[in-house]
Amino acid sequence: MMQWFHRMASPAWFYRFSGKLIPFLILTFTPLLIIGLYGGLVTAPSDYQQGDAFRIIYVHVPAAWMSLFIYIVMAVYAVITLIWRIKLAEILLISSAPVGVGFTILALATGSLWGKPMWGTWWSWDARLTSELLLLFLYLGVIGLYRAIEEKRTASRFVSILVLVGTVNIPIIHYSVEWWNTLHQGSTITLTEKPSMHIDMLIPLLMMAIAFKVFYGISLLIQARAELVEREFNSRWVRELVEENSDG
Amino acid sequence: MSTLNSLFFLCRRDVLIAFRHRQQALNPLLFFVLVCLLFPLGIGASADLLKAIAPGTIWIAALLAVLMSLDSLFRTDFEDGSLELMILENQSLTLLVATRVFAHWLMTVLPLLLLAPIMAVALGLSSNVLIILLTSLLLGTPVLSFVGAIAAALIIVIPHNGMLLALLVLPLYVPALIFGTSAVNNAALGISPEGPLYILAALLVLSLTLSPPAIAAALRTGVSQ
Amino acid sequence: MADFFQMGGYALYVWSAYALAFVVLLINWLGPYFKHKKKLKNASDFYLLNREQEHDTSA
Repeated sequence: MMQWFHRMASPAWFYRFSGKLIPFLILTFTPLLIIGLYGGLVTAPSDYQQGDAFRIIYVHVPAAWMSLFIYIVMAVYAVITLIWRIKLAEILLISSAPVGVGFTILALATGSLWGKPMWGTWWSWDARLTSELLLLFLYLGVIGLYRAIEEKRTASRFVSILVLVGTVNIPIIHYSVEWWNTLHQGSTITLTEKPSMHIDMLIPLLMMAIAFKVFYGISLLIQARAELVEREFNSRWVRELVEENSDG
Repeated sequence: MSTLNSLFFLCRRDVLIAFRHRQQALNPLLFFVLVCLLFPLGIGASADLLKAIAPGTIWIAALLAVLMSLDSLFRTDFEDGSLELMILENQSLTLLVATRVFAHWLMTVLPLLLLAPIMAVALGLSSNVLIILLTSLLLGTPVLSFVGAIAAALIIVIPHNGMLLALLVLPLYVPALIFGTSAVNNAALGISPEGPLYILAALLVLSLTLSPPAIAAALRTGVSQ
Repeated sequence: MADFFQMGGYALYVWSAYALAFVVLLINWLGPYFKHKKKLKNASDFYLLNREQEHDTSA
């Protein structure tokens, strides 16, 4: 078992493994996305109050969930980096950040597009929107800090500390609708209670959520491979890889 | 030397050095005063408007002043190598760091609190609100110092960091700013400021206990590079 | 069919949101893909150049 972990932490092994994994992930992602989109745009019944505008939920909510999920995953990588200093964890950490930025921007922008017809405003400085915006700044800070430091192992340690310090924002975002009077609506889907959403509306949402997660995996792996090649530039396996590619 | 003794000694050293370089501590103060005075000039001197924005203005000016002072926290010691010595010599880097930030707050930020009432009056804040303003600043500025110190420690190896410090610190400062101004705004409206003040106190406790380890970890990483 | 595109009058908002999602996904996919290709090219230039130099010096 430990041997498997050690193997998994080896950059060369990970590079080959991820190369084989990516096609499978793409194969999983595509049908999920198509079914989710079809369900969300066509099958799901129109909302009583919001009409067809509510369909934005099928990109907005999964994007928002992803922005939080990716940050938590980054926090886990950060802990691994600080305690065990595993190179792969460092790479996965920094490779996740751009994906997180994308989803956070998407959540904010689709939220605006939903807010304008529904609430009459593009933006409001309520607790949830503000803390999600802060999350965007945290992600950008992570990327900025990593880029500013030349020695990448040191950079990864600094970034790990930053990620962990910023983790306090996550419960704030999540519970902001419970703790404060916000413009943003409360949670309709929780882990512990029955969702208050109609099942025909719920299923496409869950499919899109899973599709986005798989997408994160794909994006993460591709980013990680690029980062891996850059950081391991001087190592033997990169050299062998390059020679393989040029001879073939 | 017992731990408490050595911490007291360090605090005294930092305070003395800060006192000898008083001009450096003057910069944030001047900045604070400038921002507070520029607002009435820029927005137009309508008394009601000024009174309404006074709490936010003073808080923001204080926040920016603290932000300005953060860079000098660790940089000089890092660059001349004395930080490394301190890390090696001390059993508890966490306590050393806490002492350093406290000394910094004492010498650089506390003077702001002395100037704040004058600025508040200049912006037309009524005197009963003033007490709440001072309380909120007293509770909130240490949070800004301690949390800002984390960011200062994180960028210690980067020579020309410019906006990076502000980018890192912004998400972490916003809660303190929101609750601080909310307390004062409540008081100005006649509502009880207790809620936000309690939360500010909680933020203070959290930052006092959780930030020194983070700062210590960052400093160790920076020095060991 | 027209109903579908109209989205009950909210067409602009709904379709902008989905278009944005599509763009974000595309960038998150293509960005790293091209970056990976570029890094591989950097590495291959570096190593193949070195190999040529070795051949030159040994020849």
